[in-house]
Amino acid sequence: MSSDNPIDGGSTDMLTDTRDARMGEGLDDRFNSRLREAFGSSPFILTKFDKFMNWVRGSSMFMLQFGIACCSIEMIHTYAIKHDLDRFGAGIPRASPRQADVIIVPGTIVSKFAPRMKRVYDQMPEPKFVVGMGSCTISGGPFQEGYNVIKGAEEVIPVDIHVPGCPPRPEALVYGVAKLQERIANGESSPVVVKPYELEQFGDMESDEVVDKLADQIDEDTLAMRYNWADSP
Amino acid sequence: MSVEETEETPEIEAGVTVEDEVLETLGDTAQDTEEHLNADASVVVRPDQVQDTLFALRDEMGYDHLSCVTAQEYEDRYESIYHMKQYDDPTQEVSVVVPASKDEPISQSAEPVFRTADWHEREAYDLVGINYEDHPDPRRILLPETWQGHPLGHDYDQDSPQIVTLGEWDNPLRDDHVDNEADTMFLNIGPHHPATHGVLHVKTVLDGETVADVDPDIGYLHRCEEQMCQQGTYRHQIMPYPDRWDYVSAGILNEWAYARAAEDLADIEVPEYAQVIRTMSAELCRIAAHMLALGTFALDVFGDFTAIFQYSFRDREVIQNILEDLTGQRMMFNYFRLGGVAWDLPEPREEFFEKTRDFLEELPAKLEEYHDLITGNEIFQLRCVDTGILEPEVAKSYGATGPVARASGIDYDLRRDDPYGYYDELDWDVITEDGCDNFSRVLVRMQEVEESAKIIEQCIDLLEEWPEDDRTIQSNVPRTLKPEADTETYRAVEAAKGELGIYIRSDGTDKPGRFKIRSPCFSNLQTLGEMSEGEYIPDLIASLGSLDIVLGEVDR
Repeated sequence: MSSDNPIDGGSTDMLTDTRDARMGEGLDDRFNSRLREAFGSSPFILTKFDKFMNWVRGSSMFMLQFGIACCSIEMIHTYAIKHDLDRFGAGIPRASPRQADVIIVPGTIVSKFAPRMKRVYDQMPEPKFVVGMGSCTISGGPFQEGYNVIKGAEEVIPVDIHVPGCPPRPEALVYGVAKLQERIANGESSPVVVKPYELEQFGDMESDEVVDKLADQIDEDTLAMRYNWADSP
Repeated sequence: MSVEETEETPEIEAGVTVEDEVLETLGDTAQDTEEHLNADASVVVRPDQVQDTLFALRDEMGYDHLSCVTAQEYEDRYESIYHMKQYDDPTQEVSVVVPASKDEPISQSAEPVFRTADWHEREAYDLVGINYEDHPDPRRILLPETWQGHPLGHDYDQDSPQIVTLGEWDNPLRDDHVDNEADTMFLNIGPHHPATHGVLHVKTVLDGETVADVDPDIGYLHRCEEQMCQQGTYRHQIMPYPDRWDYVSAGILNEWAYARAAEDLADIEVPEYAQVIRTMSAELCRIAAHMLALGTFALDVFGDFTAIFQYSFRDREVIQNILEDLTGQRMMFNYFRLGGVAWDLPEPREEFFEKTRDFLEELPAKLEEYHDLITGNEIFQLRCVDTGILEPEVAKSYGATGPVARASGIDYDLRRDDPYGYYDELDWDVITEDGCDNFSRVLVRMQEVEESAKIIEQCIDLLEEWPEDDRTIQSNVPRTLKPEADTETYRAVEAAKGELGIYIRSDGTDKPGRFKIRSPCFSNLQTLGEMSEGEYIPDLIASLGSLDIVLGEVDR
């Protein structure tokens, strides 16, 4: 049908003309969306496959239902009735990490939780993206000096977008998610800039005072995370 | 201080003070007395006579509420303080001070007397390093098992490395009573789970579908709130932190806890006008907090992510808007100042009043809607009536407060019983229910929303009429507060979840020597085992939801 009308030089004039001729005058123009304007009635889209996939990923993100602290309340508000993140194709939260593309880290990460968060992040399928919500995920925020607080989510997992605030308003989180979609659509993802705290088997850890002290308490093959507070930013 | 003392010591009979009575009851057990601003009597007892003392105070003098256990380290000794109250009259307070030696900090456990002491003493061991003899379960509670050192002790080095394990398949039954024939299953609920309201980890042992054993594992959000407050100056640097304890928009209620304790410590008056604003904003916060409790509970019980959950968030948005107009923030208000509030109502005042009144006007219809959807719902009733039973005596032993206690028929509300702010001038009721079950806890919260609305309405009437030349929002407070060294006080307010108490000891500088937070959720969460063992696993989830815990406050 429309393949009779070759697209020349990107102009859609001919297509539009054809369509207009078919529809005649006085017709309802609600079907004349911009997409239709661009494609005419052609069923073909020419694009690179990975570009297409990036567009799809950015436009249909499954978030992980993951609440930590104060920010999670604002995150719920972002999902809920007024701000409705679903409008931006960022979906209803998934309860299982295996079904999620994006993890929003909403709150302070402390020593006991970091290994669990790492585990949850590891369970997510590739490609995966991380939004750090709030000051605590940037630097530890107001609790930065605490003896138990990880100085930012980036110490544990790579973060794509940081949304500052304590807590950020829902609008700010929506903006952050929109920015993430933009990045995904452009095929960008965050380089890992620091060597994060890793889960490793206790037996593999370099011997030092703490390791020696704990040697009779922890099995060799237990997964553990070592915090070097003195090196923290 | 001496002025305070005479004010706070009510005369029971002519000449006989509470302190005399306590000393008479305790006899030789009491070694010495101290002065705590809040308490009628503070007695010092030997570390091996804790149980005798607490038994005597509980059974003979009626101090049946162990509100808080504070542990701290001095230059020459360790000290545990048991803050005791009466459920019938919380203004009757006694502190039991138990010193322990520096080299061997061992003290007798109070767990046989008050079961709430279990967790409180574990926390004291974890953070300060006092060992409790006879304690049934002397483990760390907030920090990981493998932690080295006690961070609120004096010689703790914060820069030394730590190792934390990830042992998620630990079976708590494996070690104690090994029974290979047992047909039980171990189940981890959390720390990342939609039904745990945050990062709570419940180690559960199931026998079929019945819960055999529950062990809440907390500390996944222990972000050193006490340390933060001990590093901040009284006047400015502490107030932002309370907002982040109970973070479900109950910030102002928490700020009030700190404000009350610090104002008591430094003897600061609060102008009446500021008290009215405080009362109004605190009740707005309470409604917001109860709305979240309601929405998430409905989500837990019948997985209703659409109607009720979204409705309650719709209503929270309205409150957050009002509070944003007032304080400039949606959640972390930082609105109170010692001696008053940060600023007056927003101009134009009429607009603010109108907005608030609109909300109050719409509220009854909305609550009606909630009742139709929730409490009138047959499925909901089947899930909640007669599940998660918490008997009043058990609740008292665990130090439960707030809606959890009031739903077990304990008529205890600090707003009425230990009045602060403007509450005693206003006309409102304390809600209690006798059901002791999950359903009652929901009912109490929903009715409390109505009462809060009544309070707000009266406050608005007052504020509207308030003469323009008398609108003092802050009293005159020195820029740098340095309360006299070794002044100690423990003050509590009725937060959304219950009794939120603050213990402060000043050390003569502009920062507290010891800052201890008594969180209502911490005590309430302890009752989970009592409520759910022997019940079905879905009832465990319902009970957990009805406790309405906030992990930021449990772990602090």
